[in-house]
Amino acid sequence: MGLLSDPNRRRALTSLVTRLNTPLCVLCYLVGVSWVMGLAFEPFMLRTYMSENAMGSTMVEEKFVFGERAISYTREFAGQKKKTGGMPVDWLVKTMKSRGLEVYTQSFSQILPFPDEVKERYMVRGTNVYGILRAPRGPRTESIVLSAPCSEGNNNNQAVGLLLAVASHFRSQIYWAKDIIFLVNEHDLIGMEAWLEAYHDVNMTGLRSSPMQGRAGAIQAALSLELSSDVITSMDVALEGLNGQLPNLDLVNLFYAFCQKTGVLCTIQGKLQRNDWDTLPGYTHSLSTMLLMVLKQGSGRPQGDHGLFLRYHIEAVTMRGINSFRQYKFDMTTVGKLIEGMFRKLNNLLERFHQSYFFYLMPSLTRFVSIGYYMPAFGFLALILVLRALDLWVQLSDPARALEDGVSEGEQDSSPSLLSLATPVIICHLTGLALYILPVLSQEMAIQHFPVSETEAVVLTAIAIYVAGLALPHNTHRVLSGAGTERGWRSLKLFSLLYLAVLLGCTTLINFSLGFILAVTMIPVTAFIQPHTSSKVLHGVALILVSPATTLLLSIYLYHELIEYPVSLLECWQHFLTAVSQGILDHHLYGSLLYPLIALFIYPCWLQFWNIVFWK
Amino acid sequence: MASHRVGVAVFVLVATAILAAESEPNQVESEKLQDVSGEAVFSDAEGGFKTGDGASKTVPGQAEAPPHPVETGQADSAGRRVSIEVGSDRVEQPVADEELENLQAEFDLQDAPQQSEPVPTPRDHFAEELVIRPLLSGDIYTSFQFRTRWDTDLHRGKKVSHYRLFPKSLGQVISKFSVRELHISFTQGFWRTAQWGQPLLSAPPGAELWVWFQDSVADVDGAWRELTSVLSGIFCASLNFIDSTNTVQPSASFKPMGLGNVTEQRFLRYAVLPREIVCTENLTPWKKLLPCESQAGLAVLLKSEKLFHSSYHSQAVHIRPVCKDSACRETSWELSQTLGIVFDLNASGQSKREWSLFKMFSRTLTEPCPLASSSKVYVDVTDNPLGEELFDLSPAVSLQTQAVVLGDRRTFTVYDLLTPESYGPTRSLNILLKWRQQDSVDMQRPVLHTERYVSGYGLQTGEINTLLYNSHPFRAFPVLLMETVPWYLRLYIHTLTVQSKGKENKPSYIHYLPSKDRQRPHLLEMLVQLPPHSVTKVTVQFERALLKWTEYTPDPNHGFYVSSSVVSAMVPSVVAMDTNSTEGRPLFTTLFHSTEESSYFMRVYSEPLLVNLPTPDFSMPYNVICLTCTVVAVGYGSLYNLLTRTFQVEEPSGGLTKRLANVIRRLRGVPAL
Repeated sequence: MGLLSDPNRRRALTSLVTRLNTPLCVLCYLVGVSWVMGLAFEPFMLRTYMSENAMGSTMVEEKFVFGERAISYTREFAGQKKKTGGMPVDWLVKTMKSRGLEVYTQSFSQILPFPDEVKERYMVRGTNVYGILRAPRGPRTESIVLSAPCSEGNNNNQAVGLLLAVASHFRSQIYWAKDIIFLVNEHDLIGMEAWLEAYHDVNMTGLRSSPMQGRAGAIQAALSLELSSDVITSMDVALEGLNGQLPNLDLVNLFYAFCQKTGVLCTIQGKLQRNDWDTLPGYTHSLSTMLLMVLKQGSGRPQGDHGLFLRYHIEAVTMRGINSFRQYKFDMTTVGKLIEGMFRKLNNLLERFHQSYFFYLMPSLTRFVSIGYYMPAFGFLALILVLRALDLWVQLSDPARALEDGVSEGEQDSSPSLLSLATPVIICHLTGLALYILPVLSQEMAIQHFPVSETEAVVLTAIAIYVAGLALPHNTHRVLSGAGTERGWRSLKLFSLLYLAVLLGCTTLINFSLGFILAVTMIPVTAFIQPHTSSKVLHGVALILVSPATTLLLSIYLYHELIEYPVSLLECWQHFLTAVSQGILDHHLYGSLLYPLIALFIYPCWLQFWNIVFWK
Repeated sequence: MASHRVGVAVFVLVATAILAAESEPNQVESEKLQDVSGEAVFSDAEGGFKTGDGASKTVPGQAEAPPHPVETGQADSAGRRVSIEVGSDRVEQPVADEELENLQAEFDLQDAPQQSEPVPTPRDHFAEELVIRPLLSGDIYTSFQFRTRWDTDLHRGKKVSHYRLFPKSLGQVISKFSVRELHISFTQGFWRTAQWGQPLLSAPPGAELWVWFQDSVADVDGAWRELTSVLSGIFCASLNFIDSTNTVQPSASFKPMGLGNVTEQRFLRYAVLPREIVCTENLTPWKKLLPCESQAGLAVLLKSEKLFHSSYHSQAVHIRPVCKDSACRETSWELSQTLGIVFDLNASGQSKREWSLFKMFSRTLTEPCPLASSSKVYVDVTDNPLGEELFDLSPAVSLQTQAVVLGDRRTFTVYDLLTPESYGPTRSLNILLKWRQQDSVDMQRPVLHTERYVSGYGLQTGEINTLLYNSHPFRAFPVLLMETVPWYLRLYIHTLTVQSKGKENKPSYIHYLPSKDRQRPHLLEMLVQLPPHSVTKVTVQFERALLKWTEYTPDPNHGFYVSSSVVSAMVPSVVAMDTNSTEGRPLFTTLFHSTEESSYFMRVYSEPLLVNLPTPDFSMPYNVICLTCTVVAVGYGSLYNLLTRTFQVEEPSGGLTKRLANVIRRLRGVPAL
């Protein structure tokens, strides 16, 4: 600050910033991107460690032996499921009751804003069944949840079977200090959302559900189980929840600790850990694991049933059994032991998980990057916006210097009126509002006039509005104050840069991955575009390449590359359409914030830059 | 008896205007107590005053009503009496006389001690009993009660220094703090009303203490503070955590249980510690208060390793003044120690549905407490009628008795420990209960039960919801709901809503005492009419306060407890609902619209709540403080500088040489450069 209080030095500093602006920006960008790349390099990562004292040692003796019983439950459950053609509610109630649980059911119904073509559902009606194991001498103040979804077809039957077997084992133990809720939810996430909303007696998504009868106090942690085979080769853990929320790192550590103890092979993002960090394949492996996490977290979609718990400050993960072609298989007893061990540890929790990190990235299950390490990368990227804004500010406040820069400027214009600046901003935001509201609202009209289904109608309307936004009469300033002035676009760009910086900064604080993906694409182009008549097309194309929609398309492509399941461009386009519809659905069904964020803020902000390109 | 009925009826009628009726329950209590002190052998069996209302009355009624279903059983028992008399003559033990006395249903202990020691008539006596109730879920509920009565006045000027059966520690507490009534309970676990039915004595999880002081006490708060400290020493519990922030003076929910007509709230203090964990260190001092400790009698069963291997554990001490005789000219003190335990079928590691004393307590009964004037075991066989038996009971005893407990007519098999026959040839009594079916039977929902939870998410606001279930098919009845909420949950009382069946249900009486930060909790009492077969939802929103950093507990992320809400009600009896049960009884008994069984008093406690408050990260306060101070010092100072000063370019004043030259020039008196 001493630097700034000396006018000479201040002048020197500003001239430095303005003169070296472009090299500084390029440098910042390179440092920012390589910083993130470097995070996946093992010497720069931290090793995970258990922070919670109650979880400290793994001195729990697992006694689960009901593997065979789990399989027989699975068979019976599958039979009943086939017979009833859905969730066998009565059978589940009877079975859980006979195991000595307090059983309750909760029925719910939800009408989707438009049909979900992936899951093929529109009007959803279902029932959740849950049994509560009351802790002996427990005052019903705390509980832990084990959930298994009752899915379509033959998926996840084993999860329900194992859940019942685990319940009957747990029931005969005396050491429980927290109630344990065994939940079988129908219609995966919708059922889970219905159950959680009813449990916490809130209604955010317009679900209709029957009032809940039995509760067990504040839920401290939850595990969601997905198993579709009698034996597994490895166990995958899914962390990313709604809006990119993550469970406390200690819960992940707990999972890893018990995988180690029971000898189960464990993966994250479907990728095993490699030990050759110092080789290039080793590095790319951990980089792709981390990037997968970034992409999944950035999508803001819950990657499993656990994802909805996180909103209620309940730490949760989904454990997914994988059965691949590996030789060595693990049976139900081992998986049951893994769950038993984790539950016994969770039972020991004295406080909610709070000791360890809530913001992290995981390049492997034993290594993590904490918020303190990845935030500087974004800081460097955001610095570009600030530097450009500073440059513009200097130019605006000192027109003489702007002339020196050699920008062709005919006349010495007066400062632009507020109206000429506010109008494009307002128009952009109104377009965003239309993008947010119209697709779902106008689907009726669209299917009447065009031969499309509702879902297609919604997606196509969204895309149409998005594209129409580009063609809007943005050059209102010409009508209002004659030709576009130099100062006019500079003021608008200054505002837009700062707006983008604030937007991305806020997004990054909540969901680093999303903010980073947007920053790494939008910042370089938006920082350098100018209303040049000569290179207007070039700037326009560059801007379109970094628009949120293109970013989504590219992210989908990258995702499929990373999971080693590459797709062609056409398939990618199909996935893109699905992603748009799912994004809108997620917003309406679970309250995901990605769609409103893009439609109401990021897209209008991007439109402002588009405006600048075509200023003259 | 008629006046008693009137008393109950009056209580029911005026329950809607509870304040006006304040004196009525007391009248009921005192009259009932006369019965207890008079002749009621059996009132002990139902747990005496805890299940008090209306229950004790039925005993004489049954004795007078020969055309009763249990007639055969009683005749048998009469026959048995003869044989016992013969037997005891033959054995000729000093105890035999006592047994005899007891069987003749007289509490008079004059004869028995005379044989052993020539002391004046002891003015205290002791009775013990155990009630075993198999629950339909397969679990089993056992309830011990040890009752000591002492015909003395602890409050009169003379100092009482000779204690026999009554524990001296408690006697001194009563006289020192001028306590009129004292009720303390330690409970680990939550009574699952919907699965287990009504307990004989309900208690909230944690520790509960409520005390009526004598109206001679001037500084009630001071006495209360000292009393809690003393009791925390006696019971090895953290009762010293009771302070003004968790003590309330309920206006209507708690009435004196014993003699006395003073219902001025000034002398009542009520506090609950929901976090108190009850374990052996609380059980041991409790056992030490017993005359036989755990050396003989029923107390030998109280081994902690088994008692704490259960689903529910609740121990309590109740002290109250009662009438000495039917004339009630003098008072005596009654100390009642109760212990209720529920053993879990599934957790006992057995697949068979089978219970025995040995399995539950890993002990059997071999002798009564020699100091006890009555020592009995009752087994609830109501669900096990002849013909369609659900379980087998051995050893089989034909002595049965009936009583109305909590509005329900129950049948009990009685084992009298004072008769040597009870022990059988093995000289030990091990009552065995074997279920015939292996599946649990669903029980009828109790008429009244509650549920409570916190709704909402996030750390700013929330909502406390209390659900009151009335599952009576056609009767509405009023309940008194009392909620005590700590001050750090700031209740928005204007958001209080009471809804039944989707419609607003306006409470006829609301007493709300707002909290004062760090001084007293919120107290909310209201009288709500529960429509038949309905769920009434009481909701109130709150805001979570940010505490000072020293006010957080050592484990702030665990959450903060809100104590159970208390629901007190006159509940319509199940017996009155069932018209079949009146068959075989004299017709005139059903002439009266309101029988003494038509409703009964019940207290239900809801779950305590665990609420998370916004919690700062305590793990690195030092770092945080340092960082904040640095940022403020550096950042603020220089920013302030930049904002408030105007800067001007100053001509450079030259280097060191020029300054030196100037100094020299000034010395020389030449103008500076």
